[in-house]
Amino acid sequence: MSVFDGLRFRRVSSPVHRLDPRAKFFYVCVFFVIAVLFNKLLPLILLFFVQIPFVVLAGVQREWVRSMRGASLFAAFIFLFNFVFTYFYTEYPRLPSPSLLEYSLAMTLRFLVLVESFSMFFLTTSPDHLGLALEQSRVPYEFCFAFTTAVRFVPVLAEEAQTIMDAQKARGLELERGGFMKRVRNYIPILIPLIVSAIRRSLELAEAMESRAWGASEKRTNLYVLKMKKADYALALISVLMLALAVYAWLYLPIPSITVFLPS
Amino acid sequence: MEALRGVSLTVQNGEFIAIMGQNGAGKTTLVKHFNGLLKPTKGEVLIDGVSTREMSVASLARKVGFVFQNPDHQLFCETVEEEVAYALRNFGFKERDIKRRVTWALNLLGLTQYRQTSPFMLSGGERKRVALASVLAWNPKVVILDEPTIGQDYQQKEKLRQFIVQLNAQGKTVIIVTHDVEFVAECNPRVVLMAQGKIVAEGGAKQVLTNRDLVAQASIVPPQITQIFLGLKDLELPTDVIDVYEAMRVLMDFLEASS
Amino acid sequence: MSGPKLAVIEAKGLTYAYPGGTRPSIEDISITIESGEFVILTGPSGCGKTTLCRCFNGLIPHFYGGKLEGDMVVASLKVSEHPIYELARHVGLVFQNPENQLFALSVEKDVAFGLENLGMPRDEIKKRVDWALQMTDIEDLRERAPNELSGGQQQRVAIACVLAMQPEVMVLDEPTSFLDPVGAQKIFEVVNDLNKKLGITVVLVEHRLDLASQYANHVIVVDEGKIVLDGEPREVFTSETARLIGVGIPKATRLYQVLKENGIRLSKVPVTSGEASQLLQEVLRHNRG
Repeated sequence: MSVFDGLRFRRVSSPVHRLDPRAKFFYVCVFFVIAVLFNKLLPLILLFFVQIPFVVLAGVQREWVRSMRGASLFAAFIFLFNFVFTYFYTEYPRLPSPSLLEYSLAMTLRFLVLVESFSMFFLTTSPDHLGLALEQSRVPYEFCFAFTTAVRFVPVLAEEAQTIMDAQKARGLELERGGFMKRVRNYIPILIPLIVSAIRRSLELAEAMESRAWGASEKRTNLYVLKMKKADYALALISVLMLALAVYAWLYLPIPSITVFLPS
Repeated sequence: MEALRGVSLTVQNGEFIAIMGQNGAGKTTLVKHFNGLLKPTKGEVLIDGVSTREMSVASLARKVGFVFQNPDHQLFCETVEEEVAYALRNFGFKERDIKRRVTWALNLLGLTQYRQTSPFMLSGGERKRVALASVLAWNPKVVILDEPTIGQDYQQKEKLRQFIVQLNAQGKTVIIVTHDVEFVAECNPRVVLMAQGKIVAEGGAKQVLTNRDLVAQASIVPPQITQIFLGLKDLELPTDVIDVYEAMRVLMDFLEASS
Repeated sequence: MSGPKLAVIEAKGLTYAYPGGTRPSIEDISITIESGEFVILTGPSGCGKTTLCRCFNGLIPHFYGGKLEGDMVVASLKVSEHPIYELARHVGLVFQNPENQLFALSVEKDVAFGLENLGMPRDEIKKRVDWALQMTDIEDLRERAPNELSGGQQQRVAIACVLAMQPEVMVLDEPTSFLDPVGAQKIFEVVNDLNKKLGITVVLVEHRLDLASQYANHVIVVDEGKIVLDGEPREVFTSETARLIGVGIPKATRLYQVLKENGIRLSKVPVTSGEASQLLQEVLRHNRG
């Protein structure tokens, strides 16, 4: 699914890639808060376009476009849902007003802004760095390890699923045939070997982990350590400023509705 | 990157072929075209004269049985009996026939006592036999075995070798994909050597496996017996020896002749 | 020949049954492995070799549970009395499946894993990682992800991971099962290097005796949970017991036997094709006069 393309890490070196994931995550959270704060179209449009220079700076334009395209279907659904539901709840049976339209568009754009910023985060942060950031954020090591190991095995499991499918097709399994119930049951010969294999794999992994001194020391050290550099602090500062500005605007500045710009 | 580059191969009815080469040479990719799991981007694959593009994997599988390398990728039923019957049910065999064939296949592979056992309770070697039984049950014309010797000890390989030779003697076309040179040397089939997606050599095991250059191209090693005779080249002994007993006879003849 | 060597692995009367198992997987096993040896452990499938391997580093009894009867002493530590993470500093275990031993997203991180677990200081970790990568000839794979590597490369990484902890003993359980002969050869060469250059005791469980036996100076054969042969490779391979059990001896050795049965005697027992060629040259030239 192309929306997931937008979440996969791309191994490219850019200033954005080199930023500390903790600073980037803080930035994304701030974006989240600001996006939720406003439900008028103007500020959301601003938020959407403000991120684009970062996308270009990180060199991940193509993946970003792909994730936007993938999200567009879901976005259309959100628009329709908001529009129809709110209409029938508030304005029916009158004609739908421009402000209703604006509201629905704003909700849609909010979704897109969030996809945009999370996608940026995952595109520019290697799972390795992410795991490291989790570790240094005092998340218990077991969870960080589970996370990076899971990411490491995703391509392996995907390949195995394909092999299992091939093996069962070679025994006459036809996945596309049959009614709904039959099709669901057709996946059992694929799921069971996959699950059994995953269990076996976990056992082997556990053996290997134990054999390499898992649990030897309470204080686990690390080959790499994340250090916040000037650029990271700068990003954090920018985020705080953005948040402050947004809160101020939300509290004190009247945001004009888009309808102001429309001819009457 | 292309996995196969301009491969042309004809397999006659009832042949016994070993497709060899190092991991990544394209052996498995090639044989996956034989039952339609892969369709060629260019060129054609004809099974009994019909292009695989026009047939589904299920219908091709009826003729071409494929035993995968890891039996655990296939096993999912509650009993060995159901496991062996699975493909038969898919292919629409009658219940009465299914029972008969399952009994026959279990008997053939020495698994009758495990009929009601869960396949997951069996040892690695036994699970391999269940996978093999489940393919032979529907009696395909062609049987493909992908790396059948992995993880097997010497006696298991011997039993397998005898079994494969017997299958071939009964008229089945047998194709094994392997990098196990010693095993192939003992089977003595027609050998197809592959390297980097291409076929580099084709011919009898004796010719192909004893040709140093071809073998080096495919990144495999010649059988140990051949290596021994390659080291005796300057004594004008034949170099196309792959079997121990043949080696003994050749040496005995040589000694007799020179004394 | 140097003086008496230290026994780095000593088992006496070792017996173990997996919890819930009806029969013991290994029974009354007594072996002595001296420091610096290159041992091949072989036997038919299901004979108990894998179980025995798990005893060397404490997976049995600590990970698998159950009761380990008899004594297993490795690097002067009684295995049943020390936790696995302590034994891991002395015995490294490399497993059959290359894929399921690598957890990290880069080779470097994987090799560092064991050292990180031990809480070593970062400079020490860096030094050891560099050294291990060098010794296993995978310096160029440092930044790669495990699923980009071939099976043979993955196994070399696994060996580096174990090597980084600088154990006295390295146990490898059928490490080349999934590899082609060229890949297998490379693994044996690397392991042999570690044995001859660093003095690490190697215990290699293998079926592929044609490729591996040239490096070994001690062969142990297990059958149905018991030790049936224990000694010098050439003696073991040519023994009647090996033939009866069906040990897959190197073809060169088999040729020696077949020739002997027919009255042709080579002066020594060969295990490699090179040795066999040489010995045959002797006989054939001598005969020619």
